[in-house]
Amino acid sequence: MQVFSDPRAAWLARLGDATLILGHRLSEWLSRAPTLEEDIAMANLSLDLIGQTRAFYTRACELDDGERDETTLAYRRGEPDYRSPLIVEQPNGNFADTMARHLIFSAYAAPLYETLAGSNDAETAGIAARSAREMAYHLRHAGEWMIRLGDGTAESRDKAQAALDDLWPYVPELFEADGLDRDVAASGFGVDPSTLRENFDSTIDDVLGQATLKKPAERRGQRGGKSGRHSEHLGHILATLQFLQRAYSEARW
Amino acid sequence: MSALASDLAQRAEAARTACARVTDPEVPVLTIEDLGVLHEVDVDEGGRVTVSIMPTYSGCPAMGVIALGIETELAKDGFDEVRVKLTNTPVWTTERMSDAARAKLAATGISPPGRASGKRALFEASADVACPRCASKDTERVSEFGSTACKALWRCRACREPFDHFKCV
Repeated sequence: MQVFSDPRAAWLARLGDATLILGHRLSEWLSRAPTLEEDIAMANLSLDLIGQTRAFYTRACELDDGERDETTLAYRRGEPDYRSPLIVEQPNGNFADTMARHLIFSAYAAPLYETLAGSNDAETAGIAARSAREMAYHLRHAGEWMIRLGDGTAESRDKAQAALDDLWPYVPELFEADGLDRDVAASGFGVDPSTLRENFDSTIDDVLGQATLKKPAERRGQRGGKSGRHSEHLGHILATLQFLQRAYSEARW
Repeated sequence: MSALASDLAQRAEAARTACARVTDPEVPVLTIEDLGVLHEVDVDEGGRVTVSIMPTYSGCPAMGVIALGIETELAKDGFDEVRVKLTNTPVWTTERMSDAARAKLAATGISPPGRASGKRALFEASADVACPRCASKDTERVSEFGSTACKALWRCRACREPFDHFKCV
């Protein structure tokens, strides 16, 4: 797999990797969600994320050498080429696990996209502005569920708290800036994720306060996805996601 | 304006009229012009038409069908070479929907989106949504996610009818 020649492309593709994998995870709920309305909600949220992926990938390819397209990036790369943070590949678990994961991701992505809407690349700014409005209702949906579960029965509360505790080690990676983050932020194109942490904490504190859930203590955390080191989960996701392209390598839309 | 430029402008106008006949496959009472999705229509000297459309929601699956519809309507009016591109500048919002479009939505039983109120608080209640059947404002949201990406599911407490509400973004 060739690397990206333009750092802006590499950075946008990384955003697309995160939304692709999370969108795929949410789609695994289809026909299995607790209620019909929730099944539809998962489909909608998943569709938003896949749509954002397409926009990020397409713009990345335009900024790069233009030889690849969104299909190449989504279907013709291996695990180490994906630069998504580890949290998005975590299994769906029970419903509380999925909602806790979505709360964490959307509380990170909402301010990320809002800031990216000020990018010096107009096309990227436009994609981010639209995605930010979508992420606002993702955050509301996940937040409302965490409040309902946390402030619900003893069982739902225990599961919601356990979900947060299990996922919290994956939080630091979201906000750690690496060289690529700093480069694109310095050039006025992208966003340094470490600047988003305060916004994230204030959203999380608000939701967890209403949910009567405890914010987990922050330990060192687990990281690696942003530099291509993944857990075994990603391989299983890609085996499903890329089945058709692997079986029929010449397949075209 | 030179004769050529004026001819091109006329042809662009004709091409736009053709494009404006295309309807949204998910809300067929609305044309893409009503929705505000149709952005620019240009015709070059070789007769090639370039149409730019603005995606509504990132995951809106209707964009492919809309692009096909544009090609079809343009072909009917003699425009054979067509390129449809998606643009993210400017960004589509429900503010781009015309008043006529809102009236058409209401007439078909879909409550139209409210006027955007800028940044909303995380859990702020949504503005009054009137029932498209009995006009009562005694309504409640059943689910923020409805039959398509752009709609939410609501229920009227007065006449007990469920209805779709076009989400405001």
